[in-house]
Amino acid sequence: MQLRPSMRECSPRMAFIEVERLVKLFYVAERAPGVWGALRGLFHRRQREVRALDGVSFSIAEGEMVGYIGPNGAGKSTTVKVLGGILVPEAGRCEVMGRVPWRDRIEHVRGIGAVFGQRTQLWWDLPVAESFDLLRDIYGVSAAEHARARAELVETLGLAPLLDTPVRQLSLGQRMRCDLAASLLHSPRILFLDEPTIGLDAPAKLAVRDFVRKLNRERGVTVLLTTHDLDDIEALCERVLVINAGRILHDGPLAALRRGVMNERRVILDLADGAGEVSDPDAKVLRREGARVELSFDPGAVSAPALISRLTAKYPVRDLTVENPPIEEVIARIYSEQGK
Amino acid sequence: MGGFWTEIRPQPPMNAECGMMGDECRTGFRAYSHFPHFAFRIHHFTCLGGDAGPTGIRSEGRRNMNRPGALRLLWTYARASFRGQMQYKASFTMGIIAQVFQTAIEIAAIWALFARFGSLLSWTLPEVAMLYGIANMSLAIAESAGRGFDIFGYRVVKQGEFDWLLLRPRSTALQVAGLEIHLRYMGRFIQGAVVLGWAVAKLGISWTFPKAVLVAGSVLGGACLFSGLFILQAVLAFWTTESLEVFATVTYGGVETAQYPLGIYRGWFRKFFTFVVPLACMNYFPALVILDRTTLVPVPAGLLWLSPLTGLVFLLVSLRFWEFGVRHYRSTGS
Amino acid sequence: MRAYRAVFTARMAALLQYRAAAVAGLATQFFWGLIRMMIFDAFYRSSSLPQPMTREQVITYVWLGQAVFAFLPTWLDSEVQAAIRGGNVSYDLLRPLDLYRYFRNLAARLAPALLRCSPIFVFGWLFFGLALPASPAAAVMWAVSMLAALLLSASICTLTSVSMLWTVSGEGVRLFLGSAVWILCGIVLPLPLFPDWLQPLLNALPFRGLMDVPFRIWCGHISPAEAVPNILSVFAWTAALIVAGNALMARGMRKLVVQGG
Repeated sequence: MQLRPSMRECSPRMAFIEVERLVKLFYVAERAPGVWGALRGLFHRRQREVRALDGVSFSIAEGEMVGYIGPNGAGKSTTVKVLGGILVPEAGRCEVMGRVPWRDRIEHVRGIGAVFGQRTQLWWDLPVAESFDLLRDIYGVSAAEHARARAELVETLGLAPLLDTPVRQLSLGQRMRCDLAASLLHSPRILFLDEPTIGLDAPAKLAVRDFVRKLNRERGVTVLLTTHDLDDIEALCERVLVINAGRILHDGPLAALRRGVMNERRVILDLADGAGEVSDPDAKVLRREGARVELSFDPGAVSAPALISRLTAKYPVRDLTVENPPIEEVIARIYSEQGK
Repeated sequence: MGGFWTEIRPQPPMNAECGMMGDECRTGFRAYSHFPHFAFRIHHFTCLGGDAGPTGIRSEGRRNMNRPGALRLLWTYARASFRGQMQYKASFTMGIIAQVFQTAIEIAAIWALFARFGSLLSWTLPEVAMLYGIANMSLAIAESAGRGFDIFGYRVVKQGEFDWLLLRPRSTALQVAGLEIHLRYMGRFIQGAVVLGWAVAKLGISWTFPKAVLVAGSVLGGACLFSGLFILQAVLAFWTTESLEVFATVTYGGVETAQYPLGIYRGWFRKFFTFVVPLACMNYFPALVILDRTTLVPVPAGLLWLSPLTGLVFLLVSLRFWEFGVRHYRSTGS
Repeated sequence: MRAYRAVFTARMAALLQYRAAAVAGLATQFFWGLIRMMIFDAFYRSSSLPQPMTREQVITYVWLGQAVFAFLPTWLDSEVQAAIRGGNVSYDLLRPLDLYRYFRNLAARLAPALLRCSPIFVFGWLFFGLALPASPAAAVMWAVSMLAALLLSASICTLTSVSMLWTVSGEGVRLFLGSAVWILCGIVLPLPLFPDWLQPLLNALPFRGLMDVPFRIWCGHISPAEAVPNILSVFAWTAALIVAGNALMARGMRKLVVQGG
């Protein structure tokens, strides 16, 4: 009997997550204000089309950790919902681990995990351990595997003292750690994180970042991190997707983002007391607060060492730092440029 | 794509939809045909959810033994819900007492009316009590199990919890039912059972095994019917969260209607509750059989015996509407 | 005063948004009215003995009940309930529970009720046997008694909200009160039709002021002269409940348990 190779073997290896020209439309009802407008609205409703996603394309390989940023209403959560199989787009192609998310929802969802910073997936009134048990039954994970994953997660995230506490009594940081554990109990290969560090204090943020970094580096879990906190992006992601008004503006390394948009670097000088005006032909003074001066310069026009030696020769510099522009400015610049 | 054998692989590729290809599937079903997608559907359906998963672990037999069936999951949910409710012990006990009190008052009102008027057309109090008992027991079961659909509108859709349900690998209807399983409503069940017991004692019916099965079937059929109504109410919540009262009306108005013999109502009303929302099939027709009054309706007695099944049909129809509603949610995002 | 009017108009506008809800609400009332009407009709056809109320009076009573159904305090602010469950109770209830909340409840309750009752009055009178008031004096007395019923309803609702400070999940309280009010105000069965030995108890409780008293004034079962002491007792109960509500609120705030971190 002749065994012909299956078509699937022959087809090119698809990316782990592949999104191509995704279009998602929403229809928003418009109504006139006031009581008269409301009465009119009883009989006639107007609708406005909103293009939440307008031809979004990207692909993510297995094991990558990608940041996804954009202003509010840009389409970040819509994208994540489409990838999760929650929403069905109007046009475009999408495949995650070889499946179309919204078509094979149940099988697809088995392989992914999600954490939403603002909403917990745990049962509000139940102790954390019971939520974990319920999730085991819902996901159909074998008792042995579940116990192993759970023990590991509990230890890594330090959840042991929390297991018997009802979720409603947890602090935000504790709840976030429990949500992280809950999302990983079924050993998914992809993790969608939506604002995971929102509202957390500094040590909690560091703990979450640490955990996610280890998850990605040591376990090879693919992570898509949607966030407004650019420190998270800088700490965790080498690759960034910027979306605005339903379109991808940038897709690439963070450094390229900086270089492409703002070809400049910053020098911050701490001067000795009594120093006067600071100026330099190749640098522009951005800000001066007492003894601290921030200058920006173009590394193409003057090299950093040259500029530094000039400045330290001319002024009484006690301390100096060279850094990249803050990412907020980079992003803001992108938004405004693309808006034109 | 043409037809082809699927190759046997030691490690199923990630692209395998159900993880079992060809000879590896324990059911022995071989997926080959000229229409691979069609074959996949049949294959997957027959395998009943057995899947290899990313670690390549295959399940034994037809079912994935780790994946609890629907009823067992409901039971797990029930236990979890129960434990959640026991957090509020005082409110829980008060709720049960309130339920018994509330429903007891309803039968008291009926009793008061009979005390004043003597009879309801050709029906006596014990006969009406039997109708009452069956109707309330059915509703109680549906309320306990289907409360999740009742609160669905304002809690789940409005607060965005439905997205989480879609992110879990089980049917959304099952998960919504599991959201809130309230034992409190069994207060109504107890009260209905007591009333039914009293009615049976008073009526002196000649009991046969089929009649007993019919009573049990009526209760279950009615439970299916009311659950279906709760599901339809929740389906409406996908479009608007404000006009859900319509279904509450049909449900609770329905149980009120069903507490009295259908014959007292006007023509179109009777027809509505026989053919559109088949309440009559739940307790009235079975009661006619049990009370040997089957001549009251121009329907062959054999059909009357089968009437509780319409409740089940109604439930299945409601679940179809549920799928429709979920599809709408997923294309409009709520 | 402007604040209350603002609340009222805002609520009215919000309600008109949901046109489906408006129609659905009306359908609900008609449905219930029809069921009750048919049931009572059947009972009256079953017996020729004289009854405390005539069939026409009972039918009018039923339709009046549907028309003003929205005034009943049988459900609580689900937002307040969710707030208590979620632990936000301290923020929400730090405002003193005084007449502000009381009238806000009132304003919120008026809007949907007014929207619903007019069509029911009209259609009930045209098609379903809702009779006109027994006399002009009866109509006037009815209006006064409805005002009293409104105030009483809001005070009961407020009192129940306050009591939720004790049981964290207010569902038990809501159910208990809901069923008590439901039965004892007369909407299930006109109070005169209850057995004679129950009448003293029913007269002693405040709930008859919500429905039974106004309706019986309308259909002439209570003459305008008899109406006056009835209405006064309703006002008295209202005052008593407001006082009790404030007292409970003061005690409750001291005992407040705040959940969560």
